[in-house]
Amino acid sequence: MSDIINPVTLVDRSFYFIIGFSFVFLFAITLVMVYFVIRYRRSRHPVSADIRGNWKLEIAWVFIPTVIALAMFVSGWQAYTGLRNVPEGAMEIEVIAQSFSWIFIYANGKETENEILVPVNTPVKLTITSADVIHSLFIPAFRVKVDAVKGIKTHAWFLPEKQGEYFFQCTEFCGVGHADMTGVVSVVSQEAFDEWVEEDDGW
Amino acid sequence: METAASFYETPEPARFTGIWSWLFTQDHKRIGLMYLFAILFWFLLAVLLGGVLRLELMFPGETVLSPELYNSAFTLHGVIMIFLFIIPALPAVFGNFFLPIHIGADDVYFPKLNLLSWYLYMAGGGIAVFSLFSDGFADTGWTFYVPFSISTNTNVSTAVFAAFVLGFSSMLTGLNFITTVHKMRDRAMGWLQIPLFTWSLYATAWVQLLATPVVTITLVLVMIERFFNVGLFDPARGGDPILYQHLFWMYSHPAVYIMILPGMGVISEIIPVFARKSIFGYKAIVGSSLAIAIAGSLVWAHHMYTSGMSDTAVFVFSLLTFVVAIPSAIKVFSWVATLYKGAIEMTPPLFFSLCFIYLFSVGGLTGLVLGAAGANIHVHDTHFVVAHFHFTMFGGTGFAFFAALHYWWPKMFGRMYDFKKAYIAAILVTGGFMFHYVPMFILGLQGMPRRYYDYLPQYAAGNFFAGFGALFMILGIGLMVANLLASLGRQRDAGPDPWGGVTLEWTIPSPPPVHNFVRPPEIMAYPYDFSGVTDRSAHRQQGE
Repeated sequence: MSDIINPVTLVDRSFYFIIGFSFVFLFAITLVMVYFVIRYRRSRHPVSADIRGNWKLEIAWVFIPTVIALAMFVSGWQAYTGLRNVPEGAMEIEVIAQSFSWIFIYANGKETENEILVPVNTPVKLTITSADVIHSLFIPAFRVKVDAVKGIKTHAWFLPEKQGEYFFQCTEFCGVGHADMTGVVSVVSQEAFDEWVEEDDGW
Repeated sequence: METAASFYETPEPARFTGIWSWLFTQDHKRIGLMYLFAILFWFLLAVLLGGVLRLELMFPGETVLSPELYNSAFTLHGVIMIFLFIIPALPAVFGNFFLPIHIGADDVYFPKLNLLSWYLYMAGGGIAVFSLFSDGFADTGWTFYVPFSISTNTNVSTAVFAAFVLGFSSMLTGLNFITTVHKMRDRAMGWLQIPLFTWSLYATAWVQLLATPVVTITLVLVMIERFFNVGLFDPARGGDPILYQHLFWMYSHPAVYIMILPGMGVISEIIPVFARKSIFGYKAIVGSSLAIAIAGSLVWAHHMYTSGMSDTAVFVFSLLTFVVAIPSAIKVFSWVATLYKGAIEMTPPLFFSLCFIYLFSVGGLTGLVLGAAGANIHVHDTHFVVAHFHFTMFGGTGFAFFAALHYWWPKMFGRMYDFKKAYIAAILVTGGFMFHYVPMFILGLQGMPRRYYDYLPQYAAGNFFAGFGALFMILGIGLMVANLLASLGRQRDAGPDPWGGVTLEWTIPSPPPVHNFVRPPEIMAYPYDFSGVTDRSAHRQQGE
């Protein structure tokens, strides 16, 4: 499974690329602005120059930001396709959102509420729908977020690479219990998972 | 300068006196001022509501608000801020007051329609208040997403109806501005001699006129759903909730440009005056206003990357979103370039404008993260978004509104305010602002969703700091408004042109006479020619 690219990497790369440029830009524009205000204050520079434009400069600052913006778009799109294209052999879990909890149904019919157990290093595909209003499943650690809409099925996938517990929340406002629709993804070893998934828990 | 009785002393129409001379006025300046005080009232109310929301969030668990109350409070905060403050603030107050003056006209083209717009605005606000005392205010968020908005028991219909009425007010104002610019402009003023604030209002007016009907119809459909259960949006009856989101954002995204474009126009007026230097790239700024108005109408679905719409749609809307970022960048570059080799005088309006440039840049740049399809997924509907749009809407439009208040206050009232208090207020608001919203970016990246009255323990520190920032911000806003209002007790001695401006409002007395111009206005060949401006700062009556 090591040949699968974890979309978390792509999302983070896109984020750092954009935010890095943004910091440079913000720093530069603020520095120049403050410098001009101090350097050309009226007490020191009483007569202004009459400059109404400079077409070469203006073309430059249309063209260069356009190129950078398109590069940002491409990085974002690559990350998005990474999040959307589910690798083959992913374990499938059905998700039904309802006010105010999450139901997870495994391939063998096992159901859980507000918790999922998944084996480490196995891609997991979530097929999501809603029983009532719109909810949205957000697992921050895996950069997963997709709306649960009644009548349609949406999907997301993630690759859990480290054992541990990762929380998820509802991010589409759904009423009084919205903030309580949280739960935990537990990433465990394959053996522990196999044992757990076959357990009859009385559901 | 001729002496002429100001519009305060001369009612229009002349047969009305006292309170009636305001309530039945057709004078664009009086209507502008009536908007100003109504809008300030709503703004301060929504600021306090926001403060209560942040107080609830300062500590984990349920503290001052129950979840039900919290949900209604953030909905009310959003509805008031969007529909009663940010959308009308600059066009209805400063547009009404200064657009006709900027183009050498004595009023808008439809003065009675203008008054009707004000009444619709007041009626919309009244309906929103009324719904508070019926079944509880809507708890859906200002977005009124279906199917939640058609299934909740709170009074969504009344809140939606309020937004419906306010939409008409906005449309009629837009209609009025377009016709005024076309039909009332001084014969000597060509299109490229129009001041940039008026240009931005003109571009905005087209969006108001063309996009608002979409949301008006959509809101009627929500009411129909609630009353008759037709099943347009309800998936249980074969309806499509995603369709609602498209219709809603088809207006509400262009609406963010309705909010920001006039703010950019204000900054484009203020910077040249205090740099005493022509705006850099007049044509590029006009062009970028029009480009924003057009391209900004085609990016609505970037609010919906996670909604389940097709990947092709995500591709197209993400690409267009990056395209619309360019004209905003052009404006920022032009403003900063205007300062180069100027003769810059620091004043409260300029200070607010510089804060605007910084805060709006942060808002715009974080918008790039949200526009990128993959990066968006992680931060969508989190506090990152909350911080982003407050940087653009409050740091942008809100600060432009503050700048406009301080810039045009002496013209509107003939009185200058105290500079020192204005600076202290500006520093409090800006400092509080950073303290308030920067932690929200971090909270969002950590994964804290928006519209949560309670949160996981790891978000406690950020929320606590944000609450502190809110306190300073509210104090600053209070001081700013008090300082401006206190100036009303002074003499009317600001003089016609306290700043050394070159647009037409500075050639007439402060406050202006009822028909604006005593003599026919002289239109300059280029609207930002400062070569004739002598140093007038000696004439200024600064508050001591």
